[in-house]
Amino acid sequence: MSFKPVYIIDGARTPFLKARNAPGPFSAGDLAAAAGRALLARQPFAAEELDEVILGCASPSPDEVNIGRVAALRIGCGHGVPGWTVMRNCASGMQALDSAIANIHTGRSQLALAGGVDALSRAPLLYSRAMVLWFAKMAQAKTLGQKAALFAKLKPGALLSPVIGILKGLTDPVVGLLMGQTAENLAWRFGITREQMDAFSVRSHQRAVAAQDAGHYDEVMPLIDRDGAVYAADDGVRRDSSMAGLAKLKPFFDKKYGKVTPGNSSQITDGSVWLILASEEAVARHRLQPIGRIADVQWAGLDPAQMGLGPVHAATPILRRHGLGLNDLDAWEINEAFAAQVLGCIEAWKDADWCREQLGLDAPLGVLDEEKLNVDGGAIALGHPVGASGARIVLHLLHVLRRNGGKRGMATICIGGGQGGAMLVETV
Amino acid sequence: MSDMKHWRIEREADGLAWLVFDKAGESANTLSAEAMRELALALDEFERDPPKGLVIRSGKSAGFIAGADIGEFTQLASAADAKALVERGWTLFNRLAAVRYPTLALIRGHCMGGGTELALACRYRIVVDEPGTRIALPEVMLGIVPGWGGMLRLPRTIGPAAAFDMMLTGRPLSARRARQTGFADECVPPRVMENAARMKVRSGAPPRALPFLQKILNGPLKGLVAAQARKQVVKRARPEHYPAPYAILDMWANHGGNALAVPDGKPTSLDAIAASPTTQNLVRVYYLRERLRGFGKPENNIEHFMPKHLHVIGAGVMGGDIAAWGVLRGLTVTLQDQSIERIAPAIRRAAAAFKKKLRDDAQVRFALDRLIPDPAGQGARRADLVIEAIFEDLETKRALFAGIEAIARPDAVLATNTSSLRLEDIALALKNPSRLIGIHFFNPVAKMPLVEVVEGADSDPAMLKKGLAFVRAIDKLPLPVKSAPGFLVNAVLAPYMQEAMRCLDEGMAPETVDEAALAFGMPLGPIELADTVGLDVVVAAGQQLANAAAPPAKLMERVAAGQLGRKTGRGFYVYDKGKPQKNASGPAPDGLAERLLRPFLDAARRCVEQGVVADADLADAGVIFGTGFAPFRGGPLHYEQERGKGTA
Repeated sequence: MSFKPVYIIDGARTPFLKARNAPGPFSAGDLAAAAGRALLARQPFAAEELDEVILGCASPSPDEVNIGRVAALRIGCGHGVPGWTVMRNCASGMQALDSAIANIHTGRSQLALAGGVDALSRAPLLYSRAMVLWFAKMAQAKTLGQKAALFAKLKPGALLSPVIGILKGLTDPVVGLLMGQTAENLAWRFGITREQMDAFSVRSHQRAVAAQDAGHYDEVMPLIDRDGAVYAADDGVRRDSSMAGLAKLKPFFDKKYGKVTPGNSSQITDGSVWLILASEEAVARHRLQPIGRIADVQWAGLDPAQMGLGPVHAATPILRRHGLGLNDLDAWEINEAFAAQVLGCIEAWKDADWCREQLGLDAPLGVLDEEKLNVDGGAIALGHPVGASGARIVLHLLHVLRRNGGKRGMATICIGGGQGGAMLVETV
Repeated sequence: MSDMKHWRIEREADGLAWLVFDKAGESANTLSAEAMRELALALDEFERDPPKGLVIRSGKSAGFIAGADIGEFTQLASAADAKALVERGWTLFNRLAAVRYPTLALIRGHCMGGGTELALACRYRIVVDEPGTRIALPEVMLGIVPGWGGMLRLPRTIGPAAAFDMMLTGRPLSARRARQTGFADECVPPRVMENAARMKVRSGAPPRALPFLQKILNGPLKGLVAAQARKQVVKRARPEHYPAPYAILDMWANHGGNALAVPDGKPTSLDAIAASPTTQNLVRVYYLRERLRGFGKPENNIEHFMPKHLHVIGAGVMGGDIAAWGVLRGLTVTLQDQSIERIAPAIRRAAAAFKKKLRDDAQVRFALDRLIPDPAGQGARRADLVIEAIFEDLETKRALFAGIEAIARPDAVLATNTSSLRLEDIALALKNPSRLIGIHFFNPVAKMPLVEVVEGADSDPAMLKKGLAFVRAIDKLPLPVKSAPGFLVNAVLAPYMQEAMRCLDEGMAPETVDEAALAFGMPLGPIELADTVGLDVVVAAGQQLANAAAPPAKLMERVAAGQLGRKTGRGFYVYDKGKPQKNASGPAPDGLAERLLRPFLDAARRCVEQGVVADADLADAGVIFGTGFAPFRGGPLHYEQERGKGTA
């Protein structure tokens, strides 16, 4: 199948703001609107000239379920530009890009705004099933006596222990594992140590700090809240990250005996990313100057309990289609859901048995050069606003390629529920 | 009825009648003599054949009734004419109020003056829940009284306190406020308004009754209420300057709301009001405002400039406030400064202003979405209009505009908000200097209605037209001025403040000087004004405008001591929570007001002579709306002219 490249014209994102045990300063709609406004203000075309707006979001709030349309209106696209929302868990943002590509391929769209958003700090608290049943009975109670009787039966424990919505979202509904437990599976399968995970995490922070200091995150558009506070950069990045510091953290998912800690996992974060995608005709019509193009896309499914290996399952077919080895690419972005998960991918590509069993390959793909991987840090340092990350790595990969004079790179992401997504990106 | 041009009767099979007001040949409904005569004819018809219910509504796409016809108002030759005009409406609306069949006013959009009085004469009122629905009795702003039953029926409908708030300030009610106060029986969305009117007028419900307490306030306690209200009015308007609010109180408390019942010779009589120059001057101010509003109106055969995107450079108080005002008026605004941190305070102030003005959180959010912080200045590429409001430095502005010209759209207007630099000097930096115009706002932007649109020696007339259209589009009053030091407003204010400060040098107290100006009718004394503007700014303006004359000594002392006025908490006055601490002033010495005004009037005349403004009326308009110059005096040059007549 020939894949007609789709052009990336520009992209921008908000700073990624770490959730600090309270609702953050911006709703998902606020984040998407601010990043979109700033991005469109610098385009040679008007927001009304977009053909559609597609937004990936894993947990839209109940008052903006079709947040893609809400964002389109708030960005100022006018009533006439359709907007919709896609959901593929951690790859929702990448799915938005792929949905835009698909519509451009079929000719339904020429110029699309696509991206991702999540405000995980604002994830709701839910009532337990017992409380929901109690409310249902209360609504049916007619007399004061019936109501009083129900109040007598109310258990404060049920009222005061809400279900944390975000934990529900981070639990696989089929195999019943927390995402961190799937990462423990990979660590166990490939013998990845706690020290390797922590070292990977320290490096992610160090690379992010270096990139921030060098001004390599110029896709980040600062935000200002209603009180005039400025949010200029990703605020989960730690300059003081160290092996000693990380060693103090306790395993979170498999308590006591596990290895995956909050320190070697991605952070729970709020943020939004947008890219402008265009067909060749739209590039000519608006005289656009693309910064790159998406040359191939692959989605893959795998055992949900091994979901962290999704990038291997998704990226490998692209490599084979194009006759490329791992290190024939100039740069890689593998989303850092967990250190164990990225390290697991690297191990899987090296592992002859695994490559034969899982991918049906005669030989392993080899050793991915880590100097090409996540050169400016990843979600462990920057944070992982679930719906936004898939779009973020595509955009940042292109920035890295352009900066280093590279030609081709791969952005790939693991997806809760047992999937992987990958995009082959080229500079123009 | 065939002989009605302005009203239409539509009868329905079930006996309901609609009386539709659709003034022929005009976009808004005004209650001219002819329209009133036809309304009487319609009532005749309904007397012959009474409907089961009557709904009065507008046939215009926007607005219910705009009020009386002000044009007729200016043609009143005598007090007798004025009385006849009042009598006409008073009698007709009393007749409407007395009909046996139920009546209802369906109010969508503006409902002003006589329109409100007509609605009050109906048994029921329904308002349509839209932002455009505004109900007001603004007569007092023209120096007159709501004599067509407003003074009788409004207090009876919503209680005297709320009624005085409307009648003494001219302040409008929104649709929802109208429902809350009891002016309206219902507040409904447009989609059900006809149905609501039908059901309400046929409901047989008694008219809304005033709550018990309000009834007493509107009855036995009238005298007390009027005295209290009078105390409030005294704080805002002196009776010798503005007789109308005092007349309204007297007519309500002592004459049953009937303006015609006040005996001639009383200072609150129609005779006295008609004879007062205040009324004529306020009507003059109304027309001056209309004239300014006319600048930037769409013209035939020319594509009208409809700005959508404004780019503001400089996020200081002035730039930030211009940006916020533009957003409130529906524009998308990119706000540029050297760093995001410099833009942040402007966003904070805008958020607070939006919250106060819009209240509804979703609306505040949409407004903030339209205000885009733009440290990289990307918005200049797409903007319809770019305004620069950075610090006053020629070289910096030149470099800035050279850069802007290179990236802005070729048809975009480039404007500077400078008040002290020459437009022509800045324009030199442009490849095409004719693109640059001045758009000069006043502080505080949200409160000051005037904006000077400045024509430089080379300015392109097409760009100026766009500038005027922009100012009109954001609901400010544009005044075209020529490039000259201080343009109009600062050119008249600076010598006036300088003279006031010279009085201080001679030993007068600031309170005394300010009192002289207040007694004349200025909204703020010149010394307090100087403190408000900032004494450092006053010095800078003086250097530019007063040429060689030495600056007042007391002024330089304050500035040297770092006491720059309100902003530093101390200038000529000490400020506590933004309020000047004033000692009691004695009466101003004779001739002091004249002395203070002399440089003011001279400067205004000079501006006309030198062509800074096109004519004396525009000078008066600019000075009234740009400085708050006593509106009841009709403007400085008008005042001088009238005074000349008096002495001659």
